[in-house]
Amino acid sequence: MDNKTLYSYTALFRTPDEIIHAAEAVQEKGYVKYDVNTPYPVHGMDKAMKLKPSRLPFVSMFFGFSGTFFSLFMMYWMASIDYPVIVGGKPFFSFPAYVPIMFELTVLSAAVMTVIVMLAVFFKLPNLRHPFHDTDYMKAVSSDQYGISIEAEDEKFNEEEIKALFEELGAHKIEPIYFDDEEYTFKQTVFEPKFISLLVIVGLLVSGTTYFSLNKLMNMIPFNWMRFQSKVITQEESTFFSDGFGMRMPVKGTVAREHIPYLYADKPEEAAVNLVNPLPVTKANLELGHTKFNIFCSPCHGYFGEGDSRLRGQFPNPPSLHSEKVRNWKDGRIYHVLMEGQNSMPSYASQLNYNERWAVILYIRVLQRSLNAKETDL
Amino acid sequence: MSSVSEIEYTKKSIPAPLRNAGFVLLAVGLVLSLLGIFTDPQRSAFNNIILLMMLISVSVGSLFLISLEYIAGAVWSTPFRRIFEHLASIVLVLPIVALPILFNLHDVFHWMHQEVMDADPILQSKAPYLNETFFLVRVGFYFAVWILFYFLLTSNSKKQDKTKDQKLTKRNITISAIFLPVFALTISFAAIDFMMSLEPHWFSTIFGVYYFSGTVLASLSAGTFIMVYLSKKNLLFKGISEDHYYSFGALLFAFINFWAYIAFSQFLLIWYANLPEETVWFLQRWEGSWMYISILTIIVHFAVPYFGLLSQPSKMNPKRLASMSLWIIFAHYLDLYWIVMPTFSESGFVFGWIEIGYFILGLGIIISVFVFKASKGNLIPIGDPKLKRGINFRL
Repeated sequence: MDNKTLYSYTALFRTPDEIIHAAEAVQEKGYVKYDVNTPYPVHGMDKAMKLKPSRLPFVSMFFGFSGTFFSLFMMYWMASIDYPVIVGGKPFFSFPAYVPIMFELTVLSAAVMTVIVMLAVFFKLPNLRHPFHDTDYMKAVSSDQYGISIEAEDEKFNEEEIKALFEELGAHKIEPIYFDDEEYTFKQTVFEPKFISLLVIVGLLVSGTTYFSLNKLMNMIPFNWMRFQSKVITQEESTFFSDGFGMRMPVKGTVAREHIPYLYADKPEEAAVNLVNPLPVTKANLELGHTKFNIFCSPCHGYFGEGDSRLRGQFPNPPSLHSEKVRNWKDGRIYHVLMEGQNSMPSYASQLNYNERWAVILYIRVLQRSLNAKETDL
Repeated sequence: MSSVSEIEYTKKSIPAPLRNAGFVLLAVGLVLSLLGIFTDPQRSAFNNIILLMMLISVSVGSLFLISLEYIAGAVWSTPFRRIFEHLASIVLVLPIVALPILFNLHDVFHWMHQEVMDADPILQSKAPYLNETFFLVRVGFYFAVWILFYFLLTSNSKKQDKTKDQKLTKRNITISAIFLPVFALTISFAAIDFMMSLEPHWFSTIFGVYYFSGTVLASLSAGTFIMVYLSKKNLLFKGISEDHYYSFGALLFAFINFWAYIAFSQFLLIWYANLPEETVWFLQRWEGSWMYISILTIIVHFAVPYFGLLSQPSKMNPKRLASMSLWIIFAHYLDLYWIVMPTFSESGFVFGWIEIGYFILGLGIIISVFVFKASKGNLIPIGDPKLKRGINFRL
């Protein structure tokens, strides 16, 4: 008992009026390191203890405004910079729509951070080794009594004087509080075998039961990352349609995007009469035709359309594109060949799109002109 | 509880500066507004609506605060209830203030012209409500109800000064319970009739609440200013504490936020839906120089008082309270000006001696009626059973 160090002297009172009176008296005597413990905030206590106004409101204000500006910046960045999407015909940065969220985040961050800062910084919690732990004094003030404690560190601390003061004030129980040496000198370490093994056991238990109950009992695949959704996927069967297929044929008359239907299948002469090259002779179009010709046409027709294939006789060489016949063909007739193929040449409709076909025809005309130039070209 | 007789209260006369200020403001305002009626009757009629709504705010809002105190059983405000009772007596002059408008109805209300009504199918469908006879009946009904409840509430309270009968408090609680729903309806419909119907095509379901929020602010700030002034002159009671000031400041602060909340809700819903028949009202207030008034209203009515009353010490500081409450009265005038005047001058705002004259007249009426009533009656309800507790009120 004697080798214990004293932490404070405490007194218990039964009414809030008594505790306010006691606090005033202790304050008047000039004690500095004392504190009052009550089951609920007693009104007028801060005045009795002459406490300075708390600085907690500034914490609230700081985090409140940081919530305001953070949310404003967040929404501005998301809606105007990172992923601009027009919503309801409003501008990307539409401030009025942000105000409710700014308000909410102001309140949220102010409230949460006030509580966290209050507990962690102002109250210095968690504190596992306070001398008040497990004392009768603490039990009393947490249920129905009002206590005051003067710490031994106070400069004016004197056991006899304080005892007399408390008795004079009418305390019904006066009690010294000692440091619990065992608790105070106890050092917690993270790598304690007990603690580590407990962690391992808890980890195994949680993951094991989760795995067993979800995977084995409920046949749920953990973390399926949206692999299984209630939608029809390609090649999947469906009970919704009467024929059991998940995939549907497009509605009759459906035209794919950028698809231009070809109306002259097996009608080369009509194609020659009706189709006109829609592309103007521009450098860009000629270059497109050049590229595509070299990729798709030149392997058989040769780079200059002379039928000098690079296939070295593996296929019969095609006729020259510079023949009288081809030179006199209308653009539409050549287009027909590109669409339908001719003799052993297959259709190139799927390799070349609409513009590329006409660009290739432009380039063929250029090639023809280069070998059979008119007099006016000179 | 300690008995009522312990309270020392000796009636003193209202200080001369306040009396004179009220008289001068009233006289200058009257002269300017009369000049206005002769030089520009239409503009004066619009200003008269602002003045009327301002006085309704202060007087009927005070009635609301009185009945709120009875209903909630509030203790802290009991010593100051008489201030609001005196302010509420402005309801008695409301019919006189409304009279010039009633002579100028056709200048102000677009929908009162029969030829406009006939040409407009939308207005025709609103004709069962928007017609001159029904309008006058409604206005008469509002004034009658407000004056009736003013007499019911204050006569009981005055009687209590002499008899110290606790039953009168109970009776006033019943009257307040009846008055509050009546107040909610009359104040909303008064706002709709006098201000929303200025633009008869437009409608906003939150408009009544919007005006109500300004109403409470105006009456509360008028009461706060008078409370600070009187307690500084030692006319109220001994021992007015920071906790009393803080209660006023906190209530003011709450209603500043409430006003901003309601005003923004009204704007946000209309802005989001983007329906032409609703946006027209805000577009009008964003046109030309009205834009500056709109922005000014946000700053004056929300930002300045918000930061002015944000911290705890500023709510306890009587000087700050007095300056902020004066500011809020002006802000409420600006708010009403922003609601009413764009109908009169669509291209941009007009602000001249007529507007100033009517504002001065409003201040003059508020101060003079208060001084007149206060010099006749007590400044605190000396017979109220809650008075002692109210004086000793601590947070």
